[in-house]
Amino acid sequence: MEQFAPVKRSKDGQPIRYLVVDDSVFARKNLARIIETFGGQLAGEAGDGLTAITEYERTHPDIVLMDITMPQMEGIEAAEKIVQKHPEARIVMVSSVGYQENIVAALQRGARHFVQKPVKPEVLYEVIKYVLGEEATAASAAGAGA
Amino acid sequence: MKMELIQPFINAADAVLAQGLKGPTAIGYLSMEEEAYRRKGMASMVLVTGDIEGRIIFDLDPKTATRVASGFAGMELPESDDLVREAVCELANQVIGNAISALNDQGFRFRVHPPVLHSADQGAKSSVDTEALVICFETDSGTVHMNIALRYNCETEHGNGKTTAAQAS
Repeated sequence: MEQFAPVKRSKDGQPIRYLVVDDSVFARKNLARIIETFGGQLAGEAGDGLTAITEYERTHPDIVLMDITMPQMEGIEAAEKIVQKHPEARIVMVSSVGYQENIVAALQRGARHFVQKPVKPEVLYEVIKYVLGEEATAASAAGAGA
Repeated sequence: MKMELIQPFINAADAVLAQGLKGPTAIGYLSMEEEAYRRKGMASMVLVTGDIEGRIIFDLDPKTATRVASGFAGMELPESDDLVREAVCELANQVIGNAISALNDQGFRFRVHPPVLHSADQGAKSSVDTEALVICFETDSGTVHMNIALRYNCETEHGNGKTTAAQAS
């Protein structure tokens, strides 16, 4: 898999920590693999919105990658609840259901961005850098793909 | 079923399979299925409710499922691995999500339910207004069967008035 210039936290040079939320184990593993190519670290995983809220409290990740269609609590509602308590939370919705209404709803309720599945690593990489802004730096690396 | 309903699913399946398997796909054959659905291998079903309702099943023989899952995962997976079943569900989720997104932008309103493994050997028989269309996608990893049975929902505002068109194949 293509390797990207590692994205690190500006304040301490540590890898970006991700919370991956998706009801599909396969999708979570796939995202974890992509995150690795960005030089990131998996802080936690959740299979539904309710667990995502608990895991956010436990791990305080730099980025949340959140699916929308999930059992128990859907991703948009979970994102809203996290952002209500942690306005600084950076949540990127990652879903195959990418129609305009859904995207607008997610953004209005606190998500910072939206990436449609199937995930193209190069697209997610640019979105992560954009969402983190000055909070992160992408070090140049030999063989970097972006 | 009208082609306006089916085409987004064909386009989405073609795009998702091509990206995930990093190779070309071709439509092998299309057929209307009048008899009860018979599972061929590892199958995942997604229910859709709203202006259009019904179900879509992705069905792959076990060896094809393993090759497709390995392609999507970017690593070899054993045939018995739970991840293979998960991958078939995720394939269905991605194709249907993309198709529904296209239909939603045309004004249809839906709710997509999370994919479930379809373990029964046989499904419900098609009816006049929910006839099933089977589309086979030929890939380098094998044949992927997509079985679609959808109908317009007369009880919703958008579905109402389209019932006649929906019943025409």
